[in-house]
Amino acid sequence: MGTDQYHEPPGELSPEVRTYVRICTSLIEEAEAINWYAQRLSIEPDEEAAAIMRDAQGEEFKHFSMNLEFLLRRTPAWREIAQGVLFTSDSIVELGDAAEEEALDDASGSSGPPDGSLGIGGRS
Amino acid sequence: MNHLFRTLAPITALGWELIDEEARQQLAGSLAARRLVDFAGPRGWQHSATNLGRTEGVAAGPVDGVEALRRRVLPLVEPRAAFAVSRAELADAERGAPDPDLESLQQAARRIALAENTAVFRGWEEAGVEGIVEASPHAPISLSTDLDAVPTQVAGAVEVVRSAGVDGPYGLALGPDVYTAVVETTEYGGYPLFEHLRHIVGGPLVWAPGVEGAVVLSLRGGDFLFDCGQDLAVGYDGHDADLVNLYLVETFSFVVATPEAAVALPPAPA
Repeated sequence: MGTDQYHEPPGELSPEVRTYVRICTSLIEEAEAINWYAQRLSIEPDEEAAAIMRDAQGEEFKHFSMNLEFLLRRTPAWREIAQGVLFTSDSIVELGDAAEEEALDDASGSSGPPDGSLGIGGRS
Repeated sequence: MNHLFRTLAPITALGWELIDEEARQQLAGSLAARRLVDFAGPRGWQHSATNLGRTEGVAAGPVDGVEALRRRVLPLVEPRAAFAVSRAELADAERGAPDPDLESLQQAARRIALAENTAVFRGWEEAGVEGIVEASPHAPISLSTDLDAVPTQVAGAVEVVRSAGVDGPYGLALGPDVYTAVVETTEYGGYPLFEHLRHIVGGPLVWAPGVEGAVVLSLRGGDFLFDCGQDLAVGYDGHDADLVNLYLVETFSFVVATPEAAVALPPAPA
């Protein structure tokens, strides 16, 4: 089994990081598939074949979104920035800059989780 | 910056670390309820209500021929305990002082933990929270002042819950006085009463400020839900030349889904 997805020796990575890496790799693969289908669809003259490709690309959209949500749940700072950018209609660059600044600002004023809480939690 | 306005406070990163760590230490041992009930969240500051899955009728529709139901939800409460920290103490801590005076923070942490425990175990009518003890349909079992009788009473309480079809493991919340007495007591043969009670309930014994006597409750899950919006956090209110005014805040609701999953053991009348 290949380990090309790792940038550091896998044996030195924790199980949690290895899982994170697998999902990151899956995210990349889904984005590649979306890209390939976009190109194929743009030149496919057969409507029946194109319909199959559109259906397959829809699956990749779903897989990409699931992988992304997993990573955002495990990466609070990424999630906070994404919340400031995704599903909006204003300037993407301006939203991104503002979200990044706010996330860094919050992190500098907190010694705990990104929501500013003490991270106490309870029995789940 | 979020609703806590922490970055506006004249407090350094080291100062915040000191305040947050002290708050964690004070709260961790006192927050008994959330160690015994299901904890959901934190769902964030903007989470305002718990879905009860229930409806109530609306007397009349806006037009003829249309009926309606209204969803029932339980709003979250937002307890807040204010405290102040001396700027001189924070400055000394910055210089390396190992013993900054954070008494006001410690008192606030004890107050808000007591409020949370009291709401969960005894209810908070003004906030619409029904507590475990008041919801229980079982007759309370008066806790004897004779500690030799306590194992039998706790075993009896476990049997009441089990007989109601609620499986274990079970937990035991002990008011501070009872907890201390239990910890200090050994039975005939030198066996610690604490260990005996833990064996009976099959789960943890928890020091629970806000509980009067003791409460046996099931830990199987799904019976008691603590719905947390904002988990406990320290926020900034304002400051002057001498003091920084801060507060501890959280948001939560509490739902008893299975009232028969707990039995109260109040102290025997004096």
